[in-house]
Amino acid sequence: MKEELFISGRNIPNIDPILHIWHWPISVYLFLGGLAAGLLFFTALFYLLGKEKEMPATVKFASIVAPIALIIGLIALFYDLTHKIYFWKLYTTIRIESPMSWGAWVLLLITPISIFWVLSYFDELFPKWDLKFDFLKKFQHILIKNRLNMALALIPLSIILGVYTGILLSAFNARPLWNNAILGPLFLTSGLSTGVAAIILISKNHFERHLLNKIDIGLIIIELGLITHMFMGLYAGSQVQLEAMQLLVGGEFTIVFFGFVVILGLIIPLLLEFLEVLGYKIPIVIPAVLILIGGLIFRFVMVEAGQITRYLY
Amino acid sequence: MKLAMVIDTKKCVGCSDCVVACQTENDVPIGYCRDWIIETVNGTYPSIELELRSERCNHCSNAPCVRCCPTGASHIVDGGTVLVTHNECIGCGACIESCPYDARFQHPRGYIDKCTFCYHRVSKGKLPACVSVCPTKCMYFGDLDNSHSEVSQLLGKRRYKTLAPEAGTKPQVYYLI
Repeated sequence: MKEELFISGRNIPNIDPILHIWHWPISVYLFLGGLAAGLLFFTALFYLLGKEKEMPATVKFASIVAPIALIIGLIALFYDLTHKIYFWKLYTTIRIESPMSWGAWVLLLITPISIFWVLSYFDELFPKWDLKFDFLKKFQHILIKNRLNMALALIPLSIILGVYTGILLSAFNARPLWNNAILGPLFLTSGLSTGVAAIILISKNHFERHLLNKIDIGLIIIELGLITHMFMGLYAGSQVQLEAMQLLVGGEFTIVFFGFVVILGLIIPLLLEFLEVLGYKIPIVIPAVLILIGGLIFRFVMVEAGQITRYLY
Repeated sequence: MKLAMVIDTKKCVGCSDCVVACQTENDVPIGYCRDWIIETVNGTYPSIELELRSERCNHCSNAPCVRCCPTGASHIVDGGTVLVTHNECIGCGACIESCPYDARFQHPRGYIDKCTFCYHRVSKGKLPACVSVCPTKCMYFGDLDNSHSEVSQLLGKRRYKTLAPEAGTKPQVYYLI
């Protein structure tokens, strides 16, 4: 038996008895960042494939969600900083080893591009509104000419943004639950899947919904595979990783993780989408909403549970 | 120069003088501390073993907090001491998440704070506050690159351990056991 006790007294806010430095804004940001990454990836991809006509929601209408998600996410990130007036120091340096530095720079690039993308389709998205100023109209003209360049930039940027939401957590070797290499691809896949779900909710075109449905089935299967891999990695890991896994398997996060994330957020939508592809009449709103809620809960579980796990000494 | 602290767990009585000395010297806000004492009880009665450790930032040679810092506020200065530049710190908490020893905290003013190995004293040739007040003289501070220093000699003679070496951080606070 081994017992450890602070005898000098130590009760530092947010650190003792369990670490809780990152609060709900981080989980919300990780969700919105992944969602925006997924949306922008498919927006750019289908634009580059020349499917602008067949898939209007993907290329035009849904793209308006991305800048809104990014801006709310950025506000959430800023809200969780404790030394806010110095936030601009992020942009005085590039630190290759720090995922957060990467993320800050990618966000600085992808947020304006996502706004420009919407602006380039402004006339179609808001037919009743008019860009009042001449300089805005001129700028829009430049943007319309540069759609191809924006799409080419969005593909790598959205992938980096999606992976970054996972790498941000997996870079901390002090938190065994987060410290596995699969988290980057897992968060990317989850982000792409929530992005597709958001487009499905907005789309009114049958062909488009059908195609996105098929893509989403593939993404969910990959995500389930990656979750299995995460557990295999933890299960084959060291003592600290085994204890981290205990939180998700037979611990306080089991019901939330398997009930809400895996079953309600992945398996049931997968079955419903599969039935839809087979030709059954299924309101497509149900799987899409389940995926979005499941994705949000997944971020909350990972952020909260990860901070409980630690090295023992 | 490679500054390190050596703490003799056989001589420590857990009086908390080091903790109070640090709070006074560094004006640590009430309710916070940069060092603390851990009592470990190992075994089942009657064969139990007690160990007392004065713990603080380990000033790791491979510091994860410096690696994760997005602005470069956390940095390593001459001698291997890990410091935080307050007006470069944005308070994102990445370094706190990355520390296996939970040695960092958010100062009420917003920036991240922790043990500095009393850099302001050591650079003037004095000992860190905690070392200078220890009534049992169980703490030693010096340069590991100098083979004649007290710390090098002690680590050559005695058995020692570091905390959570499996985290790969190469801590520079050594505990004699």
